[in-house]
Amino acid sequence: MVKFFYKFFWKSKSENGTANMADIEKKEGMNSRRRFLLAATSVAGGIATVAVATPFVMSMMPSERAKAAGAPVEVDISKVEPGMLLLVEWRGKVVWVLNRTQDMLATLPKLDGQVADPKSEKNQQPKYAQNETRSIKPAILVVEGVCTHLGCSPVFRKDIAPADLGPDWLGGFFCPCHGSKFDLAGRVYKAVPAPTNLVVPPHMYLSDTRLLVGSDKESA
Amino acid sequence: MISWIDARFPLTSNWRAHLSEYYAPKNFNFWYYFGSLAMLVLVNQLLTGIFLTMNYKPDASMAFASVEYIMRDVNYGWIIRYMHSTGASMFFVVVYLHMFRGMMYGSYRKPRELLWLIGMGIFFVLMMLAFTGYILPWGQMSYWGAQVIISMIGAIPVIGQTLSNWILGDFMLSDAALNRFFAYHVVTLPGLLVVLVVAHILALHEVGSNNPDGIEIKANKDPVTHVPVDGIPFHPYYSVKDIFGVVVFLIVFTGIIFFMPEMGGYFLEYNNFIPANTLQTPDHIAPVWYFTPYYSMLRAVTVNFLWVDAKIWGIVLMGGSVAIFALLPWLDRSPVKSIRYKGPIFKFALALFVISVLVLGWLGTKSPTPLYTLLAQIFTVIYFAFFILMPWYSKIDKTKPEPTRVR
Repeated sequence: MVKFFYKFFWKSKSENGTANMADIEKKEGMNSRRRFLLAATSVAGGIATVAVATPFVMSMMPSERAKAAGAPVEVDISKVEPGMLLLVEWRGKVVWVLNRTQDMLATLPKLDGQVADPKSEKNQQPKYAQNETRSIKPAILVVEGVCTHLGCSPVFRKDIAPADLGPDWLGGFFCPCHGSKFDLAGRVYKAVPAPTNLVVPPHMYLSDTRLLVGSDKESA
Repeated sequence: MISWIDARFPLTSNWRAHLSEYYAPKNFNFWYYFGSLAMLVLVNQLLTGIFLTMNYKPDASMAFASVEYIMRDVNYGWIIRYMHSTGASMFFVVVYLHMFRGMMYGSYRKPRELLWLIGMGIFFVLMMLAFTGYILPWGQMSYWGAQVIISMIGAIPVIGQTLSNWILGDFMLSDAALNRFFAYHVVTLPGLLVVLVVAHILALHEVGSNNPDGIEIKANKDPVTHVPVDGIPFHPYYSVKDIFGVVVFLIVFTGIIFFMPEMGGYFLEYNNFIPANTLQTPDHIAPVWYFTPYYSMLRAVTVNFLWVDAKIWGIVLMGGSVAIFALLPWLDRSPVKSIRYKGPIFKFALALFVISVLVLGWLGTKSPTPLYTLLAQIFTVIYFAFFILMPWYSKIDKTKPEPTRVR
């Protein structure tokens, strides 16, 4: 780059053939001094450019107000009947609280062969949710309702074997955007665009019916 | 008066260089309308855009209502907005036809490679403008469409999450992003677009226009006047021709504005008449029609390959499907430029390419089913094969000799 500018500004001949800077340089014998000044000015200018750019670039990072807006959310789950899904907003994302029936839980082992990460080995959940049901209480699933593909919110499809999802569908979540499928523990099916299981956010139970989303014992 | 100006500003010399003494080939046909029409649409977008900003509010809690305010309460607000929204779609119509013209007649070939690349820059900025503009009404499609695109940035290994926070100004898509996308849409990107369009025209007038025969008219100049014998001055010959094109275009354009501004959900999607709901994705989400071919390719990849997630491959394919146009000048090894003298293989390949774009575009508007995904995969392969195999098939193709004069 420097070489290019040097050639362009220094050595380029003007159209009518008058002397260029390199010729004058030769004549006056100030080559090394001129070069040094040129390089020093360029470096100083470059540093100044970076310094001036910094506040503009950094002003685009999340503001202090945006950083402060991530507090945990308390949810009363006493009214969530078996088979019912509750939507909770946390950090602008939707978090699902699903109370699974015995029938629903019974579908999970049957799907071990069809899901990509049946044992939840990828780090998509806290340690306490790395189990067969991906939850603290077996019945209550708490996951972010955000598709791990491109961030759409999948649709809860508890109907079994509907026409559009095929006869093997045992209930789960279907992403309308790009067709990713998840089972009732938020485990992703094989051969769909989403790469990983749904994320289980940090959460804990304050009592039997009071759930805190966004914080757990370890970090609280 | 003119001489007073000319002594101080190069008015007459520029008028001559770019209009009255810019010699264009005399055999321009129908396909040569779309460059000037793109300029017309650009002026339409700049003009209507300014008037929209007078009433629009870039605030997540007010944006949707302010657009409805423009539509219902602002005097003639509805026509200004429909001119802008229809203009956005028509921009892509004319630009796609303009690009297809270039592909048919080899307008990207030497010495017009840089002209083609500047055009690709314009195409890219246009897509950014369309994306940022579609977010502004803050409807369901605005929100979830943006969510999908932003998630792609978040998927970039290592730096993705920080980059996405930097772009959004928040940890999720929110008011901060809407506000800054408004700034890009009304200041940064239009400015960039105008600069690139000027560069595009300067580069065109430096090398001269290509033509349906794909031969250089500058190779055959009148020995006395040094004017290309097959050239005619742009003004008045092509300025008048283009005005005819403008009249026909405006009939179509106003017809759409007055009778079907939503174009059955293709220009303005029905879900975007619902305010953004961060908790619920619409049941059926599809981009606006001009992005559907790329969107189809994004979701066509469902298998992990070479230790890289299917998701990343989908994003790579989507970006690649746009970027690969820029390589055309170096992929085409045919001895002739124009489709008129190219052989059957190229004609077949181009036809197949057009079909694959149309099918992918149609699939992008549909919900994914196993059959549709398979179709998308097949046509994605054809789409890329058109480009990647071009160095071979364009070389072995049986071409006809080019004429020395335009027909």
